[in-house]
Order: sequence, then structure tokens, then C-alpha cells
Amino acid sequence: MRVVVIGGGPAGVAAAEAAVRAGADTVLVDSEPTLGGQFHRGNPQRVDSRVRHLANSTVWAVQGLRLHIRTGPADSPTRTGEAIDADAVVIATGAHDRVVPFPGWDLPGVYTAGAAQALAKGQGIAIGQRVLVSGTGPFLLPVAESLKHVGANVLGICDANTGAGWLRHPRAANPTKIAELLGYAIRLRTSWQPRTAVVAAHGDDKVSAVTVAKLNPDWTIRSQRRVAVDAVCVGHGFTPRLELAVSAGCKLADGFIAVDHTGATSVPGWYAAGEVTGIGGADLAAAEGEVAGTAAAGGPCPATALAKVRSGRRFAAALAAAHPIRPGWQTWLADDTLVCRCEEVTYRALREAIDLDATGTRTFKLTSRVGLGLCQGRMCGRSAVDLATTLAAQRRTFFTPADLQRRPIATPLRLAELASLPEEDL
Amino acid sequence: MGVDVVVVGAGVVGAACADALSAAGLRVTVLDRGPLAAGTSAAGEGNILVSDKEPGPELALALSSLALWPSLVEDFDIEWDSKGGLVVATGDPTPLERFAAAQREVGVDARWITPVEALEMEPHLTRRVTAAVHYPQDAQVQPVLAAQALLAKVRRRGGVLRPGVAVVGLDARGVHTTEGVIACEHVVNACGPWSGEVSRVLGAPIAIAPRRGMVLVTAPLPPTVHHKVYDADYVGAVASGDADLQTSTVVESTAAGTILIGSSRERVGFDESIRVRVLRELARKAVALFPALADAPVMRAYGGFRPYAPDHLPVIGADPRVPGLWHATGHEGAGIGLAAATGALLAELLTGATPQLDPKPFRVDRPGVLLCA
Amino acid sequence: MRVTIDGVQHSATPGQTVAGALLADGRTSWRTTRGAGKPRGVFCGIGVCFDCLVTVNGVADVRACQRLLAEGDDIRTEEP
Repeated sequence: MRVVVIGGGPAGVAAAEAAVRAGADTVLVDSEPTLGGQFHRGNPQRVDSRVRHLANSTVWAVQGLRLHIRTGPADSPTRTGEAIDADAVVIATGAHDRVVPFPGWDLPGVYTAGAAQALAKGQGIAIGQRVLVSGTGPFLLPVAESLKHVGANVLGICDANTGAGWLRHPRAANPTKIAELLGYAIRLRTSWQPRTAVVAAHGDDKVSAVTVAKLNPDWTIRSQRRVAVDAVCVGHGFTPRLELAVSAGCKLADGFIAVDHTGATSVPGWYAAGEVTGIGGADLAAAEGEVAGTAAAGGPCPATALAKVRSGRRFAAALAAAHPIRPGWQTWLADDTLVCRCEEVTYRALREAIDLDATGTRTFKLTSRVGLGLCQGRMCGRSAVDLATTLAAQRRTFFTPADLQRRPIATPLRLAELASLPEEDL
Repeated sequence: MGVDVVVVGAGVVGAACADALSAAGLRVTVLDRGPLAAGTSAAGEGNILVSDKEPGPELALALSSLALWPSLVEDFDIEWDSKGGLVVATGDPTPLERFAAAQREVGVDARWITPVEALEMEPHLTRRVTAAVHYPQDAQVQPVLAAQALLAKVRRRGGVLRPGVAVVGLDARGVHTTEGVIACEHVVNACGPWSGEVSRVLGAPIAIAPRRGMVLVTAPLPPTVHHKVYDADYVGAVASGDADLQTSTVVESTAAGTILIGSSRERVGFDESIRVRVLRELARKAVALFPALADAPVMRAYGGFRPYAPDHLPVIGADPRVPGLWHATGHEGAGIGLAAATGALLAELLTGATPQLDPKPFRVDRPGVLLCA
Repeated sequence: MRVTIDGVQHSATPGQTVAGALLADGRTSWRTTRGAGKPRGVFCGIGVCFDCLVTVNGVADVRACQRLLAEGDDIRTEEP
């Protein structure tokens, strides 16, 4: 019985350990040199020595239960390859920040919250000296704390929602979580500004100021002022990394991989855990990993972890409900605002594509060129389709979440790497 | 309210038929079960080629189409690029020489050039080139824009476009759809690789099946490839019916700076799952043709289904079994290029005008195309 | 470790990424877009956005935020 776990964050490490405990020959594939994922960046984690840990490795394609892997320095043509046949796979590839576009969001000095966090924790670098944190959700608090640790002056945290909603939510009454968040608030001593957002960034070659707006509940702008900054970091929740799940044929639900209580997806042999199944934080991810890893290896259901998953998911659902992305962000855009950063596709180009009846994912992309650049829509896909859906309000649309995540080549590889794959790996 | 013609399928072939029919004064409704121009038309390179066709009816259709296309879309930007094709041989040049000579006989501009000239045209080409033919007529368009342009003309003439509406049957009352019956005189089945399926729904099955093609797309690169460059083995693969994987190399750049690497042909039904073997073969042949591409990142692979008939010729004409039913399909990977003349021919046949081209080779009741209901 | 960035020698520490070295050197952008020629540096920081591309040892399109520096690496930020 061979279980392959993809992703070395809290969910993946827990899944690999659970699978190996249940007696499976276990492989843990992770793109980073050390384990821990984004959550434990700068604080490398260990995994049970019986697990075969493939560091610096990415699964670039899946074919049934055969995983095609490259190992070596990121994007290097010198990487080596292997194909592993799994009996079961656990997808624990996590999520990356979602950032809704706004004028100037492509200026250097504008970072995702995750970038600010990764640079602080992994590289000891502060993205700036006068920094505003903007977006929505409790994740902004640890980001601000990381920034402070590396010496940045955090001018404030703008949350487009009130955030108060979830404290009042009966299901969110999780004392540990509340204490954790209050702890941040006390330690940070920075101004936390509800119903506020950075809605534009200004500067020539680098951000020098931002427009901070007071928002209405639907995120439309009530009033605005200009604030001088040398960096801003932004995070409007998270986008799960779903390309492998889509390649494997796993069904999605509400933009995440649909799983049952054991983490099993709709495709036999494929399991998922952590943020790919819903955003809920490291503790929930680890519990989900333990459950999915055990199930993938055919072990007995771990009751304690399962109970943690149940309560964790309730909390996550309450959190998600309290930090929605409200459609008013679409009014922040100007005609020439870039929606797709890498192909440089403007809001205007999206409208022109819709005017041509490009109302399916494929034709919308080909007509506007949104999502056709190097990031393959990873950064802009969700926002572009949200905008398109609004623009096409009077038309029939055919956008589906899976189409956006369809990337049969899950991570770029060099033509020569592809050309030199050995016969036995095909 | 009834119409004269219902065109089923809003891909480039359906769009070209609807354009020609509406230009002839007929009232047209175009249906598609999905979005407009989103099937095969959104999954190819947008080729308008003469280089890959041997003398015969398909080449006649291609030459006619090449002449028609510009006038059909003169008000639109469909990213028309007359970049020209370059077919290169790396082995015995004789078959290519013979092929090009035969094409020249029937009016193809096929220029025999030396390996040195080929390398001047494409400096990053392999030094192993033994012979090359330059085809200045080969062009490329953005196929979705091309189909959208034709559909926009249909709408301008009062035609109706109905994405998201599927056909469920055909009888004396008209076409039955998922959104009611549309009374009409004629129905055109232009459903590309799904034409076989739709022909059964319409009560007149024809033998159109899907062949899958895959294309690799690199990251945007500095200018490396300037024409459509083919390995001379391209023709052999197009004309074959083998189910096994066939790849023949086509390498070209796009306006966005990416390089497209095609193309493969497999008979795998409508299976969309990726096959690494296919990707490797495409990569191998591209690197052999352009060694400088070895380090280029491959950022995407996309696949699509191409409609083919048993004899690899398009099917254009009336169905002898069901009065008022027409087919325009079976164009394989050449649908964009052949669409303009296909629309013209279908409209001529349907309105009783004298066809500009001999319609006989494309008729529906030829051996192997008609199936038992 | 010694590395070269645009021809200038720099010292680097194990675990440092190319982006980390560039930012530590005070550079916030090192690439321009194909279309409008707009500057780009780090945006997502975790290998997703492909904004931060550099050329490493002659190979273009390497994500600076993902690539760990190795002894003797030659980093070029100009467009090839």
C-alpha cells in the first residue's frame, strides 16, 4: 500500500504521519526545501523518519494514480524526474492569498499578505518601513505581527468587513481562537480599522501612497483619504490550489475540493485535507490531514482527530461567513485597471470580451487574454470571473469553477525536461 | 415564430454557414448547447493553411476559403497574420519536393528554398535541415474572434444567437430544443466532433467521430520563431486514420510571445485526461526542430476534439434521408481555414444557387458516412 | 556563499532566496512587463504569480521567490 501526500504544510505532514502509522509505504512530496508550509515558514517541521520526504519537488502532472514529479532547484532545467504509482493520494496543496484588483495593485511595493509573511518569516525582510495591511479576515493579524518583528512600522490594519460578526456568531464561540486573536490585538498595538480598505495605490515605479476608503457594508466607497506609505500588503481571503484535484477529476463544491468526513474525494483513491477543502487554519488542517492520511492508508478512523475536524469546520464556516468578499470591490476599478497582472489585461478588455458574447471560461480567456499569462489565472481567475459575471448580467453565462483551475501542467517545466522523460515514466 | 434555417453549433463552421445563409437573405437562428465558439474553435491554433494539403477536393476548398476569408471579416480584427508556412525536411528531401511540385500544379504558392535560405528565415532552426518549402499563403487567425466576427454579422442582419440551447429532436413541426420548438424550413448540423451525436438526435446518423489534439504553450519568449514551421512528416499524419498516437511537429509563435507546439492526433473518444506520452512526443519533436527552445518553460497544454469522417474529407450537403436536414462538419483540424468556403458552399446548395466548387466529394451520401438509424 | 547579481559580487547566506537577496539589496523591482513596460518585483512571494522572474545561470524565467541561491550563482535581472 503506497500513499503519496502532496504538500508539506500542517495538513500534509499530519497526513503523511498518519499514513505511515497505519502501515502504508508513505511518500511526502513538497516544493519547499523544508517542511511546514506557509504556516511554519522559518520554523522547519520534522516528519516521521519512515516517511520518504521528497523536498524541492513538485507534482507537475497526474495520470490516474500515477504522479509525475520534478525534483531540484525551482524552475531549473537540471531537475530530475520520477513517476510514482500511488494506491492512494492525499492532496494537501493548501491555498494562496486572494487579492482583488484595484488601481495600482501592480505597482512594486504592493505585496500579498502571504508575501509579506513569507519574506518576514523566511528571509527576515520587511517589505517596507511604513506599511498598511489591508484586506479581510483574521490572517491579517499574524501578518502584521510578522511585519513588526522584522522592524516595519505597521500604520494600521484595514479590514473591509467589521469582523465583529463572527465573534457574535454562536458557532464561532471557540475560546482558544478568540484568545489567540485578542492576543494579537494586544501585542500589535496598531490601529485596526473595520469597514476600511486600500482601494488604490499610487506611485511611479513604486508605491508611495495609497487611497484608504471607508466602505459601506457592500464594500462600495463612502469616503476616502490618501496615506503615504512605502509598502502595502493585501489579502482578501484565500484561493485553494486545485489544479491537481481537477486533473484527477475530483468534484468541487463551493470552490473547494468536495470531501466526505474521511477526506475522500469523488475519485476513488484520491483524498484531500487542509485549505484545499476549506479555509480553516493550521489546527483544522492538521486534524484533517490525520483523518485523510489514515483513511488513505486504510487505517481505523481516528476518533479524536475526527471530532477536531467537526468542530474546526464549524468554526471555519462561521469565519468564512463573517469575512465574505462583497461585490462593491468591483466599483474600485477604473477602465484601465489591470485585472490580469501577467498578461496585462484591463477591466475594459473584460467588458469588451463580454460584449462579444464570450461567456464561457475558454472563450472569455481567449478573447480578453485574461489568465493566459505565466500565472495561468492563479492570481486573477476568481476576480476576472466575478467581474465577467457582473458584466454579463443580462446574458447567459457558462463559467464553472473547475474550468478556472484546469491546468493539466500543474507547474511549468522546461521543454527539454519534458522531452527527456524516460519511457518507463510515461 | 418560425425562421428559414436553424444552424446547430456556434463554432466557426456554424458561424460561417449562418453568415452565408443570412447574407443570402434567409432568416437564421444559431443554437449551441454551450457558449458561442467555445468547442473545437476555442481549442486550436487558428490555422488557415494550404501547405498541409495534397491536391484534391480539400485543397480546392482551402484555396477557395483562403480567398474568401478576408472579405468576410473586413470590418473586424481577428488577428489575421499572414505569417507564411515553412515546411522543413531533415531527411530525404524527395517526398517533400514531389509534394510541393504537385501543389504548385494546382495553384499553391509553394517555393522551394535552400537550407541556407530556410535558416535565414528561421535562424533558430536546426542545422539538420536538408530542404524546405516556403508557403507564403499560410495564415493564422484568432479562431474565437473569427467565429465571433461572423456571428456578429449574423446578429446584425437580424439573426438570433442562442447559446445554452441544445437540440433534442426534429420533426415536421421543426427543431425541438431544450427551450421549445423552433419552426423552420432547414436545419444545419454544424456540431463539429459532436455532429455524430447530434445527427442521431436529428434522426439521421452520420459517421463523424472525435480525434483529440494536444498543443503545448510556452511562456512568452523573445522572438524565436517567425513562421509556422512544420516538420515534413505533417502530411502523413493528417491523412491517417490510425487510432495510435501520431504527432507531427508544428511550431509557431503568437502575438502574445508564446510558442505553440502542436500537434498530436489520437482517437480516444471524448476523453480529456492528459497523456504524458503525448506531451513528451510534442516536446521531443519541437526541440529537434528548434534546439534553442530546450530551456523554454511550458506553461500550458490544451486539448481539443476535431471532427473526422472515415475518408478524412469534410461532409457538406443535404442529408438524403431527412428533407431539410443539412450537414457541415468533418473538417478535422482544418475547420478554421475551411469554414469560409464551407459556409459559401452550404448556402449555395441550400438556396439552389450554382456552387462555385464541385460539391460532390463532400456529399453526405458517400461511402462510410451514412449510418443506419 | 558568493553570488553575482547583474555582474556585481554579493555574499549570500544558505536559505536565502534570489528575491530575498534582491530585496535586501534595496531593489523592489527588477523586471518590466512585455506590454506596457511596467516594473515588477515580488508580489505573491510564494511562487504563484510569476511576477518576480529572473535569469539564473543563463536560464530565463526563474521565480526569484522560489529559487534558493547556490554558491556561484549568476543572477541576471535584465530581459535576455
